[in-house]
Amino acid sequence: MYSQGLIGADGRTGETEAFLAAFQARIDAEEKIEPKDAMPEGYRRTLVRQIGQHAHSEIVGMLPEGNWITRAPSLKRKAALLAKVQDEGGHGLYLYSAAETLGVTRDEMTEELLAGKAKYSSIFNYPTLTWADIGTIGWLVDGAAIMNQIPLCRCSFGPYARAMIRICKEESFHQRQGYEIMLTLCRGTEAQKAMAQDALDRWWWPSLMMFGPHDAESSHTEQSMAWKIKRFSNDELRQKFIDATVPQADYLGLKVPDPAMRWDEALNGGKGGYRHGAIDWDEFWRVVKGEGVMNRDRIAARKKAWEDGAWVREAALAHAAKRAARKVAAE
Amino acid sequence: MAETPLWEVFIRPRNGLAHKHVGSLHAADAVMALQAARDVYTRRGEGNSVWVVPSSAITASDPDHAGEMFEPTGDKIYRHPTFYDIPDEVGHM
Repeated sequence: MYSQGLIGADGRTGETEAFLAAFQARIDAEEKIEPKDAMPEGYRRTLVRQIGQHAHSEIVGMLPEGNWITRAPSLKRKAALLAKVQDEGGHGLYLYSAAETLGVTRDEMTEELLAGKAKYSSIFNYPTLTWADIGTIGWLVDGAAIMNQIPLCRCSFGPYARAMIRICKEESFHQRQGYEIMLTLCRGTEAQKAMAQDALDRWWWPSLMMFGPHDAESSHTEQSMAWKIKRFSNDELRQKFIDATVPQADYLGLKVPDPAMRWDEALNGGKGGYRHGAIDWDEFWRVVKGEGVMNRDRIAARKKAWEDGAWVREAALAHAAKRAARKVAAE
Repeated sequence: MAETPLWEVFIRPRNGLAHKHVGSLHAADAVMALQAARDVYTRRGEGNSVWVVPSSAITASDPDHAGEMFEPTGDKIYRHPTFYDIPDEVGHM
């Protein structure tokens, strides 16, 4: 999902050749860059954008799943879903704090999201229509996120890499609980299995789009790979995800909704892999540009949460001031 | 309205280890910062003790001056035990 963080990234930078070469030498030596280190403006801007969008994705990602907490089919599923949604909130907070080390404030990031200026992953602009969607999100969406995020644990920017290590530790639970929901549905009645297939049909292609445009169309990949913000290209990660996921669908007895999908011996340098059919990039760009089914709802929900929570933030600060004053008076 | 203050969070994984920096968060005061740190950074038994410190209270060394700050220790090789030759006959020391 986070390759999408580079869409529209502006890696232009105005430093001298010598400065850039010295910085690149540190990167090439696998040195981590820490917040107060000298860095090219383009590097800082690219990271603020990507980490911010990643954080927004985690926070907006709470909405489609939060939609099912009250309707989870058992106490076990409800407890797991609550824990998962709480984790997504935590992930958003780790990432906002990593972005803040680069000099952007939390309020600035929040304002950008609420104003519709900041992007978040296109996947969260699809609706969660049935319980099987919750299983599919854990399995596919978190599965795709893991593919994207594991290489980010080695990102050249220290605070981002450290946040990603914490996040990756927690994501594994998310994917496994999702797959277990799918397994339960697929071992259930015909209607339950049909519900699982329907969810896979709707989420498969949007999940593949999470990796971002094809490499040939992804103009910001090269600079980000040189700076080791990104370690694998969009298509490489997408292929890894497909190769891992198709056998999992087979095990469930579900069919990936791609009639062109076939095993190709030539893929992955001769090791073989699943060659996928054409991705509908028009749909992808429509959703990225705000015309997905849920774009307006998601931002409206975040705005409402922000506005309805204003009195809490004010009260907390007022209470803190009062407590501090009382302490001074007592001394 | 003023932005809610930023706090740095340190966690001790278990007794016998030092508190280690894990990240930061926003909270109106220390009490709320501790509660938020518990929720954000210790959902899976990551520790048994939390410190929160106002970020504004931290004074950091300047990475641009890391040279003059830390290099002087680099050439004082006589601070290391391997600088001194002890005959093998003396045995382990």
